[in-house]
Amino acid sequence: MRIERWVTDCGQRVMDGVRFAGGAFYLFLQTLFWIALPPFRPRQSYEQMVRIGVDSLPIATLTSFFIGIVLAFQSAYQMHKVSAEIYIPSLVSISMTREIGPVLTALVVAGRVGASIAAELGSMKVTEQIDALETLASNPVKYLVAPRFVALFTMLPLLTVYADFVGICGGYLVSVLKLGLSPSLYIKMSFDPLSLKDIFTGLFKTLVFSTIICIISCFEGMRVEGGAEGVGRATTQAVVTSFILIIVSDAFFTVVFYFIT
Amino acid sequence: MIEAANVSKGFNGRLVLNRLNLKVTKGETVVIIGRSGCGKSVFLKHVIGLMKPNEGQILVDGVDVGALPEKELNRLRMRFGMLFQSAALFDSLTVGENVGFALMEHTDLSEKAIHGRVEEALELVGLKGIQELKPSELSGGMKKRVALARAICMRPEILLYDEPTTGLDPIMADAINDLIIELHDKLKVTSIAVTHDMVSAYKIGTRIAMMYQGQIIQIGTPEEIRNSSNPVVRQFITGSAAGPITDGSSK
Repeated sequence: MRIERWVTDCGQRVMDGVRFAGGAFYLFLQTLFWIALPPFRPRQSYEQMVRIGVDSLPIATLTSFFIGIVLAFQSAYQMHKVSAEIYIPSLVSISMTREIGPVLTALVVAGRVGASIAAELGSMKVTEQIDALETLASNPVKYLVAPRFVALFTMLPLLTVYADFVGICGGYLVSVLKLGLSPSLYIKMSFDPLSLKDIFTGLFKTLVFSTIICIISCFEGMRVEGGAEGVGRATTQAVVTSFILIIVSDAFFTVVFYFIT
Repeated sequence: MIEAANVSKGFNGRLVLNRLNLKVTKGETVVIIGRSGCGKSVFLKHVIGLMKPNEGQILVDGVDVGALPEKELNRLRMRFGMLFQSAALFDSLTVGENVGFALMEHTDLSEKAIHGRVEEALELVGLKGIQELKPSELSGGMKKRVALARAICMRPEILLYDEPTTGLDPIMADAINDLIIELHDKLKVTSIAVTHDMVSAYKIGTRIAMMYQGQIIQIGTPEEIRNSSNPVVRQFITGSAAGPITDGSSK
């Protein structure tokens, strides 16, 4: 009996997972369709860009600056043993642009913006505002999801480039003030080994991450049921699922880029 | 004008609408009464195409609402106005933007013309000059009236009211009832209202339909319902705790 129940539970979870993936993918396709279809909504997209991008600047600055410092210190610890401190700037800049900048910024945005999107759309669902939109002959995906998608797709790469730069500045602080590297050497050793490929592989990943954050948060928000408790659950679920998918897709694309570039 | 033919709808194996039949003719106000959770709001959502029936049809001027593609459905929805139980005003927009939402989205009217129509709609519900306020700054009664202004701003032919007086004090509830009657007389609309407030039902309804176990078990004028001999209807309109409704649900 216990085995039977366990198999049933597993089957149920697999079915829930398949239903979730199918629903989220369908929402993604709908979003692309409505983005391509006029009328376009530059004002709504602009408002979302401010909320998602500009308002995330302080937290992106803070996290990437300190990560830059940590990276420089941690690598100094190892590099000192082989007298290779001169490579610390390269290590910081390449790590930031290829990996840490994109992933860290995506995680910060998923926590800050993803949670807010899921909570906002969830509240709209439970207070019948999404139904009201439909009765006013407006498509909720066009009105709510498409502007957020455009905003995230535009702002996350920009935030990432900014975070990369701030992280390198953090490394500069440690390298120049603590480890005694000259400013010009730090800049040269940071940017000379950096190729466009490093920046583009990082930016490509941010496009995938922005899609994950937007679709998962909107999907979780729009399927809320059960009032305030449901909104809370959807918000948590949106952040947790986004985090997992960001990490998994990052690993996947890192492997892919390793072999194709 | 509106006809529900053998409409059935179930959720998780529970049948909420069970081969429901109802005809609403042009210009009348039909009030659907019934216990909370009996499927009144679900039925209203079928009429405007927010839900599709498992079986049966909802016909508006002979057109099957459930079978319409989205574009056609949206065109049909422009003929409707709906007042939600929770008012469902968009929190992020001002009162003026809420009321003029459909005009901004679906018409080529100038900003000035939209402003005029918004002012006119707000005046009809007795709330002139509050365009710049946010929904969070309004009382429950004001929210309902703004939602009503939003529902009538596109000059609809059909108005749907979901519990228009729920959550309001008796004086405000009566003011909303008067407003519904006034709008009906001025705009010559066909209306369906769902409520469990009998004072409201008697006052605004041309006819009253009693919903029980997913079906309309009796429909008639307010007077006919008041004098009904059906024990289910009698228990509901008298608000008695003992009777066939509660006996049925306790089984």
